[in-house]
Amino acid sequence: MTAVAVDPAAVYTLRHADDCLVLSHRLAQWSSRAPSLEEDVALTNIALDLLGQARALYTRTSELDGTGRSEDAHAFQRDERDFVNCLLVEQENGDFAVTVARQLLFSTYQLETWRALGGSTDRQVAAIAAKAVKEVTYHLDHATQWTLRLGDGTAESHERMRAALEQLWPYTAELFETDAVTDDVVARGVAGDPQRLRAAWDSSVDQVLREATLERPSTSWTPTGGRRGLHTECFGYMLAEMQHLHRAHPGARW
Amino acid sequence: MVTIAVDRVRRAAGEVTDPEIPVLTIDDLGILRDVRIDGSDHVDVDISPTYSGCPALETIQADVAQRVRDAGYENVTVNVVLSPPWTTDWMSDAGRRKLREYGIAPPRSRGADMRLLQLAVECPVCGAAHTNEVAHFASTPCQALRRCGSCSEPFQHFKEH
Repeated sequence: MTAVAVDPAAVYTLRHADDCLVLSHRLAQWSSRAPSLEEDVALTNIALDLLGQARALYTRTSELDGTGRSEDAHAFQRDERDFVNCLLVEQENGDFAVTVARQLLFSTYQLETWRALGGSTDRQVAAIAAKAVKEVTYHLDHATQWTLRLGDGTAESHERMRAALEQLWPYTAELFETDAVTDDVVARGVAGDPQRLRAAWDSSVDQVLREATLERPSTSWTPTGGRRGLHTECFGYMLAEMQHLHRAHPGARW
Repeated sequence: MVTIAVDRVRRAAGEVTDPEIPVLTIDDLGILRDVRIDGSDHVDVDISPTYSGCPALETIQADVAQRVRDAGYENVTVNVVLSPPWTTDWMSDAGRRKLREYGIAPPRSRGADMRLLQLAVECPVCGAAHTNEVAHFASTPCQALRRCGSCSEPFQHFKEH
């Protein structure tokens, strides 16, 4: 790890910043490739919201860890093992159903996380969260509407949505893990307890799946490691593409 | 004297237009939050983003700084303030009227209980109340795409936020 982050709160904000940045990039990969023009616009607009949230969180991270590292340095000058995003957001876009399933599972988690952070003792983090909660509410609504249309649609769309959920479900366990970092920020009132978010996440996701005539996948495989910099194979390829321009032309600006 | 100077700088800064929706000034949008001038003539301007990732924000920051310099204050800092989060309820009545005339349905107003005061999004072309959402997002994150059930024209709606 090259990230110098003494304060656990800095590690915590970095994790969420990386979640936002990585999912933002994945969604941006749909640009010009979405099933319809409206969806192209929707997915890239959601990506833009997430990028804005990532920027605010990177700035806060650099204030907390005292490095003063720039937003660009966070995004483009760290290596794969330095990123501490969850594994769910880095998973490949797949077909549209996989992207919708990833949005449903992650937006539900993010909404509960931001709601809890709205009451953070870190006032800057609370302000970022209060702003983001309005945006993510809308992202979740978008994902919910598509889950209903695909799940309760044709036999083909139902099967694709079912397969997408089964593929991504194992990665949701990691979202609620606790470790020394979360223990510290929870104790100081900086963040809500991840395990307490679980009940709200379960009931929210279950309700959408029920209405969409989809079943909650059952799986015992729970891959983990993202929060410690251990990622799935696809992430390195994504990062190489994302960072290529900045690394080829150091200091380049628009 | 200081109040007069602040009012003058505030008016100048408030005239900056949104690069995405150029009929609106930042005063119409309600994103200009505060203007302060200290004893050594340093000006601080606080603005709030509409959305976290709004790409217009950096342009607006630069434009505000330029307007303040044009008003005679060389030292200016434009701060981005997140809290409390911006809401469309801060958009002025003049702003709503300008949007409608521009062909964009303005955001509906909310009461103290956050309920929408007026249920229908009216078509900015023919005024009909029967319109449907076509897509959650439009050319910017703050707008949705709708179509009029009466005149069939597609139009953008500045979403309540």
